[in-house]
Amino acid sequence: MTSDLDIFVGNTTLIDEEVYQLWLDGYTVSEAVSRRLRGGLLERSGTSVSVLQSDTRDHFRTFQMLERLLHSPPRLCQQLLFQIPPPRQAALIQGYYAFEPALARELLGKKLSKGTKKELDEVSARTGLSLRACRRQFDNFKRVFKAVEELKGPLAELIQQHFLLPPPLARDYAAIVFFANSRFETGKRRLQFLSFGDLAACAQHMMGHWTQGAMTPEAAEPDGDVPRSFLQDLKELKVLVSDKDLLDQHKSLVCSALRGKISVYNEMETNFKALSRALVNVGLKLPHPRDVRDFFVDLVEKVLDPCRSDHWSLGDLRLFLGSYTTAPRALGGFRHQLLWERYMAGISACLLRMYHE
Amino acid sequence: MPGKLKVKIVAGRHLPVMDRASDLTDAFVEVKFGNTTFKTDVYPKSLNPQWNSEWFKFEVDDEELQDEPLQITVLDHDTYSANDAIGKVYIDIDPLLYSEAATVISGWFPIYDTIHGIRGEINVVVKVDLFNDLNRFRQSSCGVKFFCTTSIPKCYRAVIIHGFVEELVVNEDPEYQWIDRIRTPRASNEARQRLISLMSGELQRKIGLKVLEMRGNAVVGYLQCFDLEGESGLVVRAIGTVCTLDKLSNTSAFLPACNSPSKEMKEIPFNEDPNPNTHSSGPSTPLKNQTYSFSPSKSYSRQSSSSDTDLSLTPKTAPSPQGPRIFLFPSSPTLSCDSPHLKKSCLLLSGSALNPLHSSHVSPVVLRKSVSFTEELLLAASGMGSGSAGKEGGPFKTLLRQQTQSALEQREFPFFTLTTFPPGFLVHVGGVVSARSVKLLDRIHNPDEPETRDAWWAEIRQEIKSHAKALGCHAVVGYSESTSICEEVCILSASGTAAVLNPRFLQDGTVEGCLEQRIEEASPPGCGFCHIPYDELNMPFPAHLTYCYNCRKQKVPDVLFTTIDLPVEAIVIGKGCLIQARLCRLKKKAQAEANATSISNLLPFMEYEVHTQLMNKLKLRGMNALFGLRIQITVGENMLMGLASATGVYLAALPTPGGIQIAGKTPNDGTYEQHISHMQKKINDTIAKNKELYEINPPELPEEIIGSPIPEPRQRSRLLRSQSESSDEVTELDLSHGKKDAFVLEIDDTDAMEDVHSLLTDAPPPSGFYSCNTEIMPGISNWTPEIQMFTAVRVSRLGNINLTNQTLNKNFNDLCENLLKSLYFKLRSMVPCCLCHVNFTVALPEDELVQIAVTAVAITFDKNQTLQANKAPTEKSQQRASTDNEEQLQFPLELCPDPLASQPSLPAKEVLEGATSQTGIPAAQRDRCNSWIELIKLKAQTIRRGSIKTTASLDKTSPLAEGYLRHRSVPSCTNSTVSVVKMTPLSFLPGAKITKYLGIINMFFIRETTSLREEGGVSGFLHAFIAEVFAMVRAHVAALGGNAVVSYIMKQCVFMENPNKNQAQCLINVSGDAVIFVRESELEMLPVQPSTVVSQPTSSGGDVTT
Repeated sequence: MTSDLDIFVGNTTLIDEEVYQLWLDGYTVSEAVSRRLRGGLLERSGTSVSVLQSDTRDHFRTFQMLERLLHSPPRLCQQLLFQIPPPRQAALIQGYYAFEPALARELLGKKLSKGTKKELDEVSARTGLSLRACRRQFDNFKRVFKAVEELKGPLAELIQQHFLLPPPLARDYAAIVFFANSRFETGKRRLQFLSFGDLAACAQHMMGHWTQGAMTPEAAEPDGDVPRSFLQDLKELKVLVSDKDLLDQHKSLVCSALRGKISVYNEMETNFKALSRALVNVGLKLPHPRDVRDFFVDLVEKVLDPCRSDHWSLGDLRLFLGSYTTAPRALGGFRHQLLWERYMAGISACLLRMYHE
Repeated sequence: MPGKLKVKIVAGRHLPVMDRASDLTDAFVEVKFGNTTFKTDVYPKSLNPQWNSEWFKFEVDDEELQDEPLQITVLDHDTYSANDAIGKVYIDIDPLLYSEAATVISGWFPIYDTIHGIRGEINVVVKVDLFNDLNRFRQSSCGVKFFCTTSIPKCYRAVIIHGFVEELVVNEDPEYQWIDRIRTPRASNEARQRLISLMSGELQRKIGLKVLEMRGNAVVGYLQCFDLEGESGLVVRAIGTVCTLDKLSNTSAFLPACNSPSKEMKEIPFNEDPNPNTHSSGPSTPLKNQTYSFSPSKSYSRQSSSSDTDLSLTPKTAPSPQGPRIFLFPSSPTLSCDSPHLKKSCLLLSGSALNPLHSSHVSPVVLRKSVSFTEELLLAASGMGSGSAGKEGGPFKTLLRQQTQSALEQREFPFFTLTTFPPGFLVHVGGVVSARSVKLLDRIHNPDEPETRDAWWAEIRQEIKSHAKALGCHAVVGYSESTSICEEVCILSASGTAAVLNPRFLQDGTVEGCLEQRIEEASPPGCGFCHIPYDELNMPFPAHLTYCYNCRKQKVPDVLFTTIDLPVEAIVIGKGCLIQARLCRLKKKAQAEANATSISNLLPFMEYEVHTQLMNKLKLRGMNALFGLRIQITVGENMLMGLASATGVYLAALPTPGGIQIAGKTPNDGTYEQHISHMQKKINDTIAKNKELYEINPPELPEEIIGSPIPEPRQRSRLLRSQSESSDEVTELDLSHGKKDAFVLEIDDTDAMEDVHSLLTDAPPPSGFYSCNTEIMPGISNWTPEIQMFTAVRVSRLGNINLTNQTLNKNFNDLCENLLKSLYFKLRSMVPCCLCHVNFTVALPEDELVQIAVTAVAITFDKNQTLQANKAPTEKSQQRASTDNEEQLQFPLELCPDPLASQPSLPAKEVLEGATSQTGIPAAQRDRCNSWIELIKLKAQTIRRGSIKTTASLDKTSPLAEGYLRHRSVPSCTNSTVSVVKMTPLSFLPGAKITKYLGIINMFFIRETTSLREEGGVSGFLHAFIAEVFAMVRAHVAALGGNAVVSYIMKQCVFMENPNKNQAQCLINVSGDAVIFVRESELEMLPVQPSTVVSQPTSSGGDVTT
């Protein structure tokens, strides 16, 4: 006697968080059943395997029906087909849009295209995630990216609004969109020590300090891109390193401010020019799409690595960047004070986040 | 009278993409009512169109208003080709036609397409202006209220309960019309949906007319069903109970209106029958003889044969010295009185080595089910007339009786579809009466006069009526009708509970006055309904009577079966539980008349076995009464299936059930005996375990004394049980407690062995779960507001064709058990909870397919208070008994030998007194102890669950939060404006008060697919469809301004598949009452529990005496 048809429909849609997670993780019904069995469910509830199978199948079917709605969360809240209490809806959405940082790290800066999707099996092998879960997460990235592509305003808020995500998750998605837009290279081996969290934080800092939304609340341009005008203006900063006088003055100002305050004063003094050149050059490269990709590589190779080899502490770096940023205020002939500080605020925040002692 | 219907189309959302090129849709809407159609403008290129149309106005007759549904079609405009339909919405505007219900229908409706399901939503506003005409309700029947609820709706008061109303409408099924061959499946489905909507509107209007004729203003317990008779047509039929209802302004008004629990008549059972019942007095009536002929040579034109069976009223013990009476032999061609007797007794006792003492016990098992002719025979055999004058029926009673009788006799059928009654309405309950008839379907030639169908039902109702009369009852309550159709054979079934009613509610105030006072004098509220309505000297069937264990004044049967809900005033010990009997019988495939004949031949056997199972299972649980009994016989191509569901309880008024005793046929075989004794032990263990599980601890002491103190001359005695033998000797004590009524199960072949095994395989629900098929679970009263209504459907294929009855039975049994198990598992996060109103429906869609659909509601309750609440009824009953007999002696046995019939109450009180004093304190202690242990267990459980996976605890908390959050805005999904609509098959919502009934919801949907695999196979298809049905019901309720559906029922779920063609089709019919409820916590009032298990208006003074 085999059951051809076996369904359970509740007026309030029944959702088992544990099964939902198994579904999200990309297990098949039979895999999920054996996982649940291993979890000792049978002993706890005193039921049979067939009941468990039927239950799992039922839940999976529900999730498959819900998936279509989860693709546009506001619809999930408006739809009439499944009666789901709002807190549960929020949990469903959050669960569906949650992603594995390792996977996101792999995909950061890559084009969210079909080609990338085809490479997911490698990503799956590297991260230990099932291919199905990888695909779902990739599709989520892509969906969010597409949804906010044409929109104007602060990215994180837009995402929160369109996908009803909790703010931290929305910020992470904003970072992913930002990376997808700016195509920074993050896959180099030199950069492997940076976690998704580090890079996402950097993206948030850059958006926070550099994008239009950061300057005027009623932004006119999408936030995923650093405004062109700002990038073009960055060229003006060249004088700081090209003008020898300015560079020397800058150096002496910083040195006098930091003398006795940081433990690596001497190293700083010797390296100042190289560091300053690196920091400014990073900015000079930003307007050129081809060079943008080296942003993180440059920061690591030309700024962080020298500091690390000289055993700077994080505090040292913070103090240095602080006075390095503010010192030009006292520089005579330097007129781009605002621009400089806006630029350096972003860079400093990134560097501090990226500096692992 | 004309009215004006106004419709406004506001907007749409989430429409499907109809134009692939642009990924958009150019939608417009057609609004159709009757023959008038309006259109909105096309809203180009949008999936969320804002039409914001003008008000479309239809000026129509109210007859049309009642019959027609409003039909809204959403289409995609196409310049070059025909416009594509996106989907439709049918809106029943009936709720707008009476003033007390909704005034406007406004909200988002799912756009439904029979091929694609729900495709977006549309926002519609509908209003009706009925022209103010004094006489407006006379032409049509606008204004008559309909309720599915089978009790007096919560915010109304019943002024008069008029009685039964029925009607049926037939038509050709569009699916079978010639045009169906050339139209699309969609067109065909829509034609069908529309026709059924029309027909049910018409039916409702016609019923309404009858209601007005009867001077009522409402139909309660309205049950409308469809019979899809295939080629022979489509029948829509409905039954209900006509009432005159008064709206209550507040709850306090409710109490005085129904404060008559004490107005029961509880004198001595009616001994006289003022209206000699000719029907039951003769050995057999001509009508009966006709119906009973099982020979296919029957000369009825199209009706090849019919077999009606009458189900065990109160299951009986046979006291007769003649030995067991079994009349189950439909195969015997002649219906002479004697031959069946002999035959059956031979059959049953053959090979048995029972001592004579036991043989008299065998009979109850057997007699539990008597085929309807049994009764006739029985009556004849025991020489019962109808007119034997009672010895002590006072003139008052005669008067009362006559009045009731006349009130009821005015009606053709004194039937009531209600299952719960105002206190005092139900005086006595006789037992279950039922009738079935097998018919051959024939094309209905003249739809305007569906005479054959009417005649069929009339015949069956007549049958029911006469059965009730035979039980000394003048009415049938908890009445329902059903059909099962397979090809051209149709089984019509009707069942109900024979009862004696209080005339006060049946007529307009005429009886009130002096009578009421008389009645009020002495009446035990908790047990009156158990007292036998028939004359104990003229029992319609052999029953084992004892004095009521509660009041000691009246006789009660040993077991009581009913189709109604447990009366609120009933005193119940412990908790109840769902009891099911399941049975399959193979049958040869046959055509037409031969088929009908073989079915009618099988029916009596099935009924008999179903009853045996029910009785055994009841005994196994140590209980003595069944409520909500529903026996469903389903006919398929090559088998019949029987499924009986009921809720077993232990009624304090009825005697403790005896155990089950197994007897083997070969007593000298050692190993066999061992086996038998092993089984016996297992059975005894199970009974003990069940008693513990369901907390059945009747006061033990009185049990011992009971035999003696009843000052009855004709004491039950082993040797002279016969009640007809009215000699008064032998006051022999009958103290073999526990065994005295022991049921003997005889194991004479493997079949019986199987039966015993299957008895024991019914697993009890896991801890924390209870289940019942009635509205309320006895013993649990502190419900929390968390409810979860659900529908589960399973279709199983019976593997091989060479099935035997046994394997079939086992498969069927497993199927049901597994289904229950999976329900318990699914709902485990709600523990402790009770599955209420568990409603199983069996269908045999194809040769080897069995389909089971279950609808029920899971309600959580507060475990910690349960024990207290549970204690209350027993305490109260004890208290009631003891309040007025403080001065009683402590030695009941001294009174035993006193055979004074005139003072039956003294020893009884004594007994209860004794019970209180002896078991009171320990019981309380035990309870406290129990509750403490439960608490710890509960805690342990939560802790364990929490530690293993946090998600489980989430599971547990969030549904609770749901109710809480309903009225507040929720942080995350604030833009969701979908209001929560609760659904429940019960007539109430726990912890809430229904403030308004908005009208009846009665919807019929068809869904079809030609891409079954793509939609996730049969499971995916049906899952989606049922979810869609729920969604559409909720949307309609929300649009009416309601927030819940009560008395929800899925009346039909016809599922057909053709996997080879990748096709499937399903029809679902649901109904319920749309209501507005308010949480009691929000009411800021004294919580008036809508239906508590215990409500004792009387005798609550003083503390419990110990």
